[in-house]
Amino acid sequence: MPAQSTSAPQVPVEDLKALIDSQMHLEGPLLPILHAIQHAHGHVPQVAVPLIADALNISKAEVHGVMSFYHDFREVPAGRHVVKICRAEACQAVGAKALADAALAKLGLEWHGTTANGAVTIEPVYCLGLCASGPAAMVDNRVVGRLDAAKLETLLAEAGA
Amino acid sequence: MKDFIIPWDDKDMGTPAKEGAPVTLTIDGFDVTVPEGTSVMRAAAEAGLSIPKLCATDSLEAFGSCRLCVVEIEGRRGTPASCTTPVAPGMVVHTQSSKVKKIRKGVMELYISDHPLDCLTCAANGDCELQDMAGVVGLRDVRYEPGRNHFEVRGATGANPEYIPADTSNPYFTYDPQKCIVCSRCVRACEEVQGTFALTIEGRGFESRVSAGAMGDDFLSSDCVSCGACVQACPTATLQEKSVIELGTPERSVVTTCAYCGVGCSFKAELNGDELVRMVPYKHGKANRGHSCVKGRFAYGYATHQDRILNPMIRDSIDQPWKEVSWDEALSFAADRMRGLQEKYGRRSIGVITSSRCTNEETYLVQKLARGVFMNNNTDTCARVCHSPTGYGLGQTFGTSAGTQDFDSVEHTDVVIVIGANPTDGHPVFASRLKKRLRAGAKLIVIDPRRTDLVKSAHIKASHHLALRPGTNVAVVTALAHTIVTEGLMDEAYIRDRCDWDEFQEYAEFVSDPRHSPEATELLTGVPAAELRAAARLFAKGGNGAIYYGLGVTEHSQGSTTVIGIANLAMLTGNVGRKGVGVNPLRGQNNVQGSCDMGSFPHELPGYRHVKGDEVRNIFETAWGVTIDPEPGLRIPNMLDAAVEGTFKGLYCQGEDILQSDPDTKHVAAGLAAMECVIVHDLFLNETANYAHVFLPGSTFLEKDGTFTNAERRINRVRKVMAPKNGYADWEVTMMLANAMGAGWTYTHPSQIMEEIAATTPSFANVTYEMLEERGSVQWPCNDANPDGTPLMHVDGFVRGKGRFIVTEYVATDEKTGPRFPLLLTTGRILSQYNVGAQTRRTANVVWHDQDVLEIHPHDAEVRGVKDGDYVRLASRSGETTLRATITDRVSPGVVYTTFHHPDTQANVITTDFSDWATNCPEYKVTAVQVSPSNGPSEWQEDYAAQAERSRRILPAAE
Repeated sequence: MPAQSTSAPQVPVEDLKALIDSQMHLEGPLLPILHAIQHAHGHVPQVAVPLIADALNISKAEVHGVMSFYHDFREVPAGRHVVKICRAEACQAVGAKALADAALAKLGLEWHGTTANGAVTIEPVYCLGLCASGPAAMVDNRVVGRLDAAKLETLLAEAGA
Repeated sequence: MKDFIIPWDDKDMGTPAKEGAPVTLTIDGFDVTVPEGTSVMRAAAEAGLSIPKLCATDSLEAFGSCRLCVVEIEGRRGTPASCTTPVAPGMVVHTQSSKVKKIRKGVMELYISDHPLDCLTCAANGDCELQDMAGVVGLRDVRYEPGRNHFEVRGATGANPEYIPADTSNPYFTYDPQKCIVCSRCVRACEEVQGTFALTIEGRGFESRVSAGAMGDDFLSSDCVSCGACVQACPTATLQEKSVIELGTPERSVVTTCAYCGVGCSFKAELNGDELVRMVPYKHGKANRGHSCVKGRFAYGYATHQDRILNPMIRDSIDQPWKEVSWDEALSFAADRMRGLQEKYGRRSIGVITSSRCTNEETYLVQKLARGVFMNNNTDTCARVCHSPTGYGLGQTFGTSAGTQDFDSVEHTDVVIVIGANPTDGHPVFASRLKKRLRAGAKLIVIDPRRTDLVKSAHIKASHHLALRPGTNVAVVTALAHTIVTEGLMDEAYIRDRCDWDEFQEYAEFVSDPRHSPEATELLTGVPAAELRAAARLFAKGGNGAIYYGLGVTEHSQGSTTVIGIANLAMLTGNVGRKGVGVNPLRGQNNVQGSCDMGSFPHELPGYRHVKGDEVRNIFETAWGVTIDPEPGLRIPNMLDAAVEGTFKGLYCQGEDILQSDPDTKHVAAGLAAMECVIVHDLFLNETANYAHVFLPGSTFLEKDGTFTNAERRINRVRKVMAPKNGYADWEVTMMLANAMGAGWTYTHPSQIMEEIAATTPSFANVTYEMLEERGSVQWPCNDANPDGTPLMHVDGFVRGKGRFIVTEYVATDEKTGPRFPLLLTTGRILSQYNVGAQTRRTANVVWHDQDVLEIHPHDAEVRGVKDGDYVRLASRSGETTLRATITDRVSPGVVYTTFHHPDTQANVITTDFSDWATNCPEYKVTAVQVSPSNGPSEWQEDYAAQAERSRRILPAAE
């Protein structure tokens, strides 16, 4: 496993082209293409941008504009697990900020950072729809409510942080 | 305030004009009637009321993002944005209610909360819409406390992570994100006006920023073509010309015409005193409609470049250094030599070359110099080497030697054929207008050996790209006609009505012959037959069909035949004589149309009238008080041939660099070297001047009055915005030379020359400077029959009477590939450089193109062991040169491509002296060549560089 996940691994151009082609039958295929690439490779490498632009006959800038609008499209792969901590009003009102700050301080990360062992990426999220049971978080695709420091620590430990 | 020489209204109406049924509404108590579809904002502007705005400007469709233009409309809820709200009958609008005023103040307060308050030291001070709007809404206070922002370099706790330093990578403008209000005007201008889509807004919310290209790009590395549309659209100093940052805001402006390509864009030259601060495209310019390209907008620095020669110079022979002398001495030296040559070698031993870069008035004087002072018809112009086949071909078929449409016509076209032209590089402003129409749904057929940007670029895709082998234009055009005729797709009613039916039948029989079918010619042309047939069907049945063509059509041994073939296609499909159709030559130089109109050709007096005609000669003999030689004179290639033979001895060459631009450089050099008096009248010591005996310094388009005629026959005014640095405008220099030879001319202003042109030339009969002052521009013919000029030609019938079909037999060029020279070289242009580069090489445009490169297909490169960026030797039967290779599949296997912008490459050493059968237009576009790896410059290049160096020596002026 790479100790650093900040530099993107090489994705073969042929793979990217195949993924792009797989979505071309759709109307408005840009977002499905970005999803398909991210799903297959965990991120959308920069080398994909001109390929997508060429396939859709749009400019690189337009692809970049769309991709950068959505936080979920990554330029580099995330850690093996992604922990998203809610920072929206309801959760903040029940102590989410302090919880998150403590978790970040403990891991020595900024928001969007990944632990040195490549296990966990921490991201902010603005409302998971669990306002009644905050502070809330999401570990990969599983939502978790009523977090406290201990519970969060357990979650992070399980994830390998 | 700015002092406009022409007081036309420059007000920003907020949203674009619409066409539609009249709608009447009430705004702030005033009734106003506007076309249906107009925005409330524009309606208010029409009524003389200004609604505050930031994201709206009338060159762009409304966007509705800034929320400053909100209004109240009776009977409607809320406060709609006036820019995105169309008018409705009986609507009652209030633009200044207390409610909207409060909203606007709040909006402005938010904008200002994230904007530096450095107005006094800002480059846009006094020219900033944000500043203006703050004033208009009466913003007096910003209540927000300092917080996250984009403008502070350092915050309370260290470096501000939101701050992004200015991007100064573009040589002409800066992007300073600190001042950006994210109105998206630049992004929309790049998309809607220019059509490059190089910009976007990245991120979202507070992180939204303008971004050029993708991640990691700056303006220079992005797709940006530096057209300046974003800079013009920017309401703040975020995108700002570097010249304004350096020199300050201009205080006066003069409307004039660009001196680069044949589009003929109108510009406002904005100055402080006589210092040019910037060129801004003029929105009422009818050719460009407020748009520009990198050349006209930014590449004017050559006018003050240190290489410019400002004093006349002479020398006895070309191996001597130049000697600076007074105007009198230079002119009498030149006049004595020229007269001496005539005495010794005969009246017809000297001649002139007029310039397509100079004004109509100057060109007219130069040909008058040949005819009225030299007393011969030895006058020719650079149109010889570009669009002379257009003159011949369209003259023969339609009856006029010019394009049939105005540029606005492209907005009504449904199917466009672009053949042998690369408008995105050569005629960028027209290309932007074409691309806009294509994005709106028009179809495109590109006929070109190379995959140009029009074939495929963002949001543009040609329906058919017929990638023919260079030199087979006639076969392809005839095969298109074959398909149209044999499949019965022609417009028979139109042909019967407008054209000569007997000639048509003969032509139809000719093209129907199976040997002209796409299948029969496929092997020859390399164009798949099915693709060609599909293209023919699309053009014939796709609605309004327009053909635009360039030098890829004319610069062939069968250039005139292809022009005739194109005219045939247009007549066959009924596509001449209304909006959205027509045959449109894209003229290379700013005034190549004008220089042809002005009688620059050796066989034609002004207005394309043959010099053999007694009646025509009489008109000029009476006006000039001389006897005109009834024998046509020499064309440029004939002059050079005669010089080598020893019968042609003296040449006055104004504003053209024949050594670099004309084919077979060695032959041109030999011809010039054999002459005894070569007078070069130019801005710089160009390549031709290496062989000159007299150098007369020229003036730039900024330094003189006159007119240019663009590709749509539009006569545009050129206005003097500063005094000539060399002392005299070019027309004055020609007059002084003529007078030194005893002519006795007494013009004091170019308007008097135009009076003489109007008096002698029917198509210019009603053209006066007063009229141009009043209307801005006019398209010839402009006479009693067409007092308003003629935007569209051949509306009720062809000028020659019946349109004439002429058979177009394909004859292969003599320039053939073989074992020694297996590749075909074709030549072209690049966006940032212009022609021989004498001007653009002396500007920062070189950052985009600092040398000519050879495009070669990966297959051809591989078998020769050529890698990307390698030096290669390019050899033809005429000569050889070296340049660097770029490997690309834009060119087909077997074809290589280069440009001729740089004299140290000298692509024309390679080109041959084959030429068009009718007009001698050289065959630049087809040369059989071989490419091989090389270590560096060829011997010829080194010799040439040494000779050029030697011949450019200038002796220090005697004290």
